[in-house]
Order: sequence, then structure tokens, then C-alpha cells
Amino acid sequence: MNFSSFSEFIAMGNHGLYVWTSYGISLAVLILNVALPVMARRRYLQDEARRLRREEMK
Amino acid sequence: MNWTWFHKLGSPKWFYGISGRWLPWLTWAALLLVGVGVVWGLAFAPEDYQQGNSFRIIYIHVPAAFLAQSIYVMLAVAGLVGLVWKMKLADVALQQAAPIGAWMTFIALVTGAVWGKPTWGAWWVWDARLTSMLILLFLYFGIIALGQAITNRDSAARACAVLSIVGVVNIPIIKYSVEWWNTLHQPATFTVTEKPAMPMEMWLPLLVMVLGFYCFFAVVLLMRMRLEVLRRESRSSWVKAEVKALVGKA
Repeated sequence: MNFSSFSEFIAMGNHGLYVWTSYGISLAVLILNVALPVMARRRYLQDEARRLRREEMK
Repeated sequence: MNWTWFHKLGSPKWFYGISGRWLPWLTWAALLLVGVGVVWGLAFAPEDYQQGNSFRIIYIHVPAAFLAQSIYVMLAVAGLVGLVWKMKLADVALQQAAPIGAWMTFIALVTGAVWGKPTWGAWWVWDARLTSMLILLFLYFGIIALGQAITNRDSAARACAVLSIVGVVNIPIIKYSVEWWNTLHQPATFTVTEKPAMPMEMWLPLLVMVLGFYCFFAVVLLMRMRLEVLRRESRSSWVKAEVKALVGKA
């Protein structure tokens, strides 16, 4: 471990703002990249299943 | 050499099946590698003797920049395969990888700017490396816009393939920009021929993060491609069966 306390870890030797901003933005982008396809897939499957049921009723 | 795998790749159904089997493994690999890499890089790696702790941004900046360029090369290869062998799946891969590449370029540029402030004293400089990365972002935007603007699937595929192949000229420019021009940006971290310029305990977490980012890309790409295959093949009977099976379970 490179830091002796948790507050030191958060402070990052006066560079905390820069380090945590970078990691925060990147984490948000990565989550977005996973969440969007997952939601799109769920929406597509529901719409498609509904369309197929309608087709069968005809 | 046995080329059956290459011909099978042209079959969306085969791709859908095999990618579904790979996906859980890749997801676990990505989570594990990125998790270990972040903790190692943030808390355990020693600080830089000049830059202090701000250098820890390297653990996302370099993997993202690496991936941004690799994805672009992948687009060009997919474009070439699509043009030469008329493989439909190549276009699916190209269209679905482009937004991920754009996001990775975005991460590399933003983390670079945040790193530049304490290190160079400026958020942005018109340095060769930074400018060529900005061009890469615009190339990605161009490919995404082109793919969405043309309604005919075949024309869109051809146009995007040509644009990605032409744009690949930017990749060596990015790579060698730090050697050809006198730049503020530091030289390459990874070299094949030489020993890394940083100590092992700094370099190893970076390697773990790079591998983790590649796995992450594979996971997101496969998820996006699988959805696109379902969309494009929605009239075929196996997709109808798959949709019913998936919705029935939920």
C-alpha cells in the first residue's frame, strides 16, 4: 500500500481533484457503454415479441 | 490451413450462438482485470518522482488511447473484409464498434486534458499527439454519421468501409507523432523491443488495465453486435424462436 491513511489516499498529494475527476468521468462512460445496449436489447425483445404475437393472431 | 471458421463467420446464426457462449467468460475477465488494475494502480503502485500521484491517470488514459486506435484498425480490417468478401457480419462489426471507439477516444482526450493541467499547466495544447487524436474522434463521428445517413444498408456499408480504410492513415501519424515532432506529450509507454521505461510495479498494473479494457471492448462489442444481428435477421425463423424463448423466460 502506497498510502498510510484513507484521507491521504483521497487527497492523492494535492492531485486528488484531477485523479478522481478522470476516474469518475471514465467510470461513467464505461457504465453508459454497458447500460445502453442492455436497455436497447430489452426494449427490442419486448417490441419484437409483441409484433410476433400480433402476427400470429392474424 | 482450415478456413471453415472464416466461412462460418459469415453466418449470423453461428455468430449469435458462439458469441453467447463467450460473453459470460469475457464479462468475468473484464470485471476481474479492470477491478484488480484499478485498485493496484490507484492504491499500490508507487508515486511518480516528478508527477506525484497525478500520474495514476495513466491507468485509464493509456488503455483508452490504446483501445481507441486498435478499434479504428479493426474498423478498417472489417471494412476491407466487407468489401472483398461481401461478408454481412463485417458491416455489423464495423457499425457497432465505431461508437465504442469514439467513446474510448473521448476518455483518452478528457483524461489527457485533466492530466495536462497539473503536469503541463494547460488543459489543451495544439500538440501533434493531441491534434491527431482529435482527428481520430472526428473520423469516428464521420463513420457513425455516414452509417446513419444512408438508408440503403449495402451503400452505407460500402461508404463506411471506404472511409475507415482511408482514415487508417491517421493511425501511424498518432503513433509516431511523439517521435516525428517535438511534442509536450511523453513518448510511448509500451514498446516491443525495449524494456519499459518505468519500474515493474508501475508497469504491471498498466498491463492488467490494458488487457481489462480489451476484454471490456469485446464484451460491449459482442452485446451490440448480437442485438444488431437480431434486428437485421428479424424475419428468419431462428430469430423469431430466439425472441420467443428470451421473452418467455423473462
